[in-house]
Amino acid sequence: MTELPLIGEAVAAPAQLIGAKIGVVTFPGTLDDRDAVRAIRLAGATAVPLWHADTTLGDVDAVVIPGGFSYGDYLRAGAISRFAPLMARIIDAAHSDARLPVLGICNGFQILTESHLLPGSMIKNDHLKFMCRDQVLRVENNTTDWTRDYAVGQEITVPLKNQDGQYIADEKTLDALEAEGRVVFRYVGFNPNGSRRDIAGISNATGNVVGLMPHPEHAVEAGFGPENGSGTEGLGFFTSVLNKIVGDTK
Amino acid sequence: MTETSTGRTAGTATETKKFNIDTVENAAKTPDVELPWAELGLKQNEFDEVVKVLGRRPTGAELAMYSVMWSEHCSYKSSKNHLRQFGEKVTDEMKKDMLVGIGENAGVTNLGDGWAVTFKIESHNSPSFVEPYQGAATGIGGIVRDIISMGARPVAVMDPLRFGAIDHPDTARVMHGAVAGIGGYGNSLGLPNIGGEMVFDSVYQGNPLVNALAVGVMRHEDIRLANASGKGNKVVLFGARTGGDGIGGASVLASESFDDTKPSKRPAVQVGDPFAEKVLIECCLELFKGSLVDGIQDLGAAGISCATSELASNGDGGMEVELTSVLLRDPTLTPGEILMSESQERMMAVVTPENVAAFEAVMHKWAVEHSWLGEVTDTGRLIITWEGDVIVDVDPRTVAHDGPVYDRPYARPEWQDAVQADAFTGSVQDAGRPSAPAELAAAITELVASPNMCDKSWITNQYDRYVGGNTAMAFPDDAGVVRVDEETGLGVALATDANGRYTYLDPYHGAQLALAEAYRNVATSGAVPMAVSDCLNFGSPEDPDVMWQLAEAIRGLSDACMVLGIPVTGGNVSLYNQTGSTPIHPSPVVAVLGKFDDVARRTPSGWKEDGQAIYLLGTTEAELDGSEWSNMRGHLGGLPPKVDLDAERALGEILINASRDGMVDSAHDLSEGGLAAALVESSLRYGVGARVALQDVLDRDGVDLFTALFSETQGRAIVAVPRSEEIRFTDMCTARGFPHLRIGVVDAEGGTLEITGVETMNLESLREAHEATLPKYFG
Repeated sequence: MTELPLIGEAVAAPAQLIGAKIGVVTFPGTLDDRDAVRAIRLAGATAVPLWHADTTLGDVDAVVIPGGFSYGDYLRAGAISRFAPLMARIIDAAHSDARLPVLGICNGFQILTESHLLPGSMIKNDHLKFMCRDQVLRVENNTTDWTRDYAVGQEITVPLKNQDGQYIADEKTLDALEAEGRVVFRYVGFNPNGSRRDIAGISNATGNVVGLMPHPEHAVEAGFGPENGSGTEGLGFFTSVLNKIVGDTK
Repeated sequence: MTETSTGRTAGTATETKKFNIDTVENAAKTPDVELPWAELGLKQNEFDEVVKVLGRRPTGAELAMYSVMWSEHCSYKSSKNHLRQFGEKVTDEMKKDMLVGIGENAGVTNLGDGWAVTFKIESHNSPSFVEPYQGAATGIGGIVRDIISMGARPVAVMDPLRFGAIDHPDTARVMHGAVAGIGGYGNSLGLPNIGGEMVFDSVYQGNPLVNALAVGVMRHEDIRLANASGKGNKVVLFGARTGGDGIGGASVLASESFDDTKPSKRPAVQVGDPFAEKVLIECCLELFKGSLVDGIQDLGAAGISCATSELASNGDGGMEVELTSVLLRDPTLTPGEILMSESQERMMAVVTPENVAAFEAVMHKWAVEHSWLGEVTDTGRLIITWEGDVIVDVDPRTVAHDGPVYDRPYARPEWQDAVQADAFTGSVQDAGRPSAPAELAAAITELVASPNMCDKSWITNQYDRYVGGNTAMAFPDDAGVVRVDEETGLGVALATDANGRYTYLDPYHGAQLALAEAYRNVATSGAVPMAVSDCLNFGSPEDPDVMWQLAEAIRGLSDACMVLGIPVTGGNVSLYNQTGSTPIHPSPVVAVLGKFDDVARRTPSGWKEDGQAIYLLGTTEAELDGSEWSNMRGHLGGLPPKVDLDAERALGEILINASRDGMVDSAHDLSEGGLAAALVESSLRYGVGARVALQDVLDRDGVDLFTALFSETQGRAIVAVPRSEEIRFTDMCTARGFPHLRIGVVDAEGGTLEITGVETMNLESLREAHEATLPKYFG
């Protein structure tokens, strides 16, 4: 496994890592795009800004669809963004033989379900309020492109902040997700939004597309994220995909 | 009623009070037409002044403009003569870092390294009572646009809130609506909410105070001002379309007190679209980056009337605008309504002809609608046409700057002496003051569970404090801290404070106490205080008692700024906050901004490390008048705590140095609820308790244990000092002659807060009491 630079150290990351390009998509109303860019930079890779109206993905090795309120969540969270020209390219690339790694965070997760890259949907939190808190998650699957640096059963603390975070799907879909090991994260201790089976994040069958409601990109720098734990427990998402890209032995 | 003359919206004069197309030519020919100036909020003398300025009767459109721009809300006509002190009482020390002072959309302060910061606090009180969700939401929207107008990227917001009694049935309506509105709008903009205040008091029942603060950062070269210069430059309106919402809001809503006998004014509240605002922010920043605009102004109160007259009068003095070019949501709007509309999420800019294409490209990229309205002239006149017919022809200065100014009569209220003579100590409400250990523990628990002192996370958990990734500290710490420069750690701290009870007891000192507390909060976090913004919430200026409170508060605040060496760079005045003839407590909300060279040096308010020494800085006197304790017992009288600004400055320097040199790991200021509240809050912050003994304080200061715990003497803080730093820290206090006493030690093992003479308190029970209050009332 390639050694990653420590947070806050002003050393250049190894060329191998800097060479890895991870795209970050901005829609009108996207909010956490700069944060995703920072997380990618802190993990050692090069972040590439992508615009929703772009018609090509360029040469990115992976894509992050960040959080926010794209198109104001009007109609339904993610419902309009799903039709962006770039989403068609992302859907194709995710399904292609190369299996482009795609991470959807919060609104990005909602866009992935609206795009049918991931099953199920998000509805309003069961308590009907926006909620911002430090949330403990349990890693249920460490074979996806975005979780290979975690251990199964590992508990991580990352911020959660959303209004429409209640994950729902029919029982058959939920059973299939469980059976196929596609539940990637579960809420621990407290289910903040009424999500079915405490599900916080899921993946597609091939493990290259992962979506979750909490925000790992806000737990990458000590002092600017959760107060519990190291504060950097979300960094593993980005190092995972980097290691996948640069070709570790896993 | 205006007469129908030329124009396309000709209706019958009897069925409409709307403005018809009343041209300047028509106005000159029909001097005797009766105009609804009184309904628009103008007084007879003000209307007469308009006629004098114009040399004829105003057209309907002109009347609309003058009425909104000369309203209390836009013209500051009652407070202007007093507000001057903020500009006059300024020392060289205060000017040192001020890049833009009062008068622009927001003041700008130099942060060093080429960075500048702009911040401002404003009120959105009346709309938030009428329609709490939209009122509070558009309060955020408006203040954020002020920040963008300066050329800055907004980076955080804060919301000081004051509502009626916690158990009054209407309070839940306002609370749920306002908090959801602030969250719904602010969260959608991607701006972290880093703090604020929440006060419950029945004086705010019919007049809740919803104030909003925004802060933004920019490079020096990006500072933009609101002026229209350069003959031939184009004037463009962009953002949301203009609709019928908020028409007359500025003059009607903000300048009249609520009265049951008047018809509902619900439709006058603006409706916000946070998505449009978020797009507008990014779009404006792209315009600034490309230097595509010469002048820019947000549209807030008084809409196009305000933007055109202010841009024109601050620049070369002339502008020509064709009003039918304005994109409308509602095609039936009349010229006057278009001029007055307070539709949100709109900006007006001045663009040189060579930048027009590039400007349009940015609009296209962000899918923002825009319309070219006209151009800058050098005639000194603001000319507005409707299909070519001139409907406004005015000197823009007379609209924007030369409004009426009143020297309202004021006098110390007759009741003031009686109120000040009614001290808490010895009063009926003071009977049975706790003294036994069990009584004191119960009193502390009751204090931290009381509406004003309880945990506020029911509110703050509905706000995104993380977005942006630069939030270094947020509520419940003493100040919100945001990093500005990721390379160096350069950042800012912000705190807002006010105490309506103190200010009611003594407006001059009460306003100073608000400033002192905000200053202390910023210094407690470790930041160097630099600038002040204030939101002066008062009752009717036509009441001499209220006017005296306002005059005294402004005088007190401006005097205190001189002593502390920090200037007021902007703010807002909100008057007529009263129900019938009963005004709110005078509530000057003061925001102080401070600077960190490196936000990594910030000092949190909670204890963490076992065995660290806890020091109390400052001395304690018997000052219970106006305190939270007396408030809990239903008493309000006497004199507020004494102000000692030199002590505040000395304390601030100690806290700042201690933070910079790593001498303290925790610091918490003492304010409402005194030492008792501070000890509990520092314990509950990270769930780490302490063992405290106050005998040395009692001996030195000559107070009893109850007073030591509940007095609200100013200029105090508690700090936790690592053992290795203790000598250095106490030497510093001694060298500066600042009173300090070791009062205890952090205890990470016990799970309790032990205070000698007080029954030991279990942290979990304290937390339960502290956190249960808001959910109990609001679900």
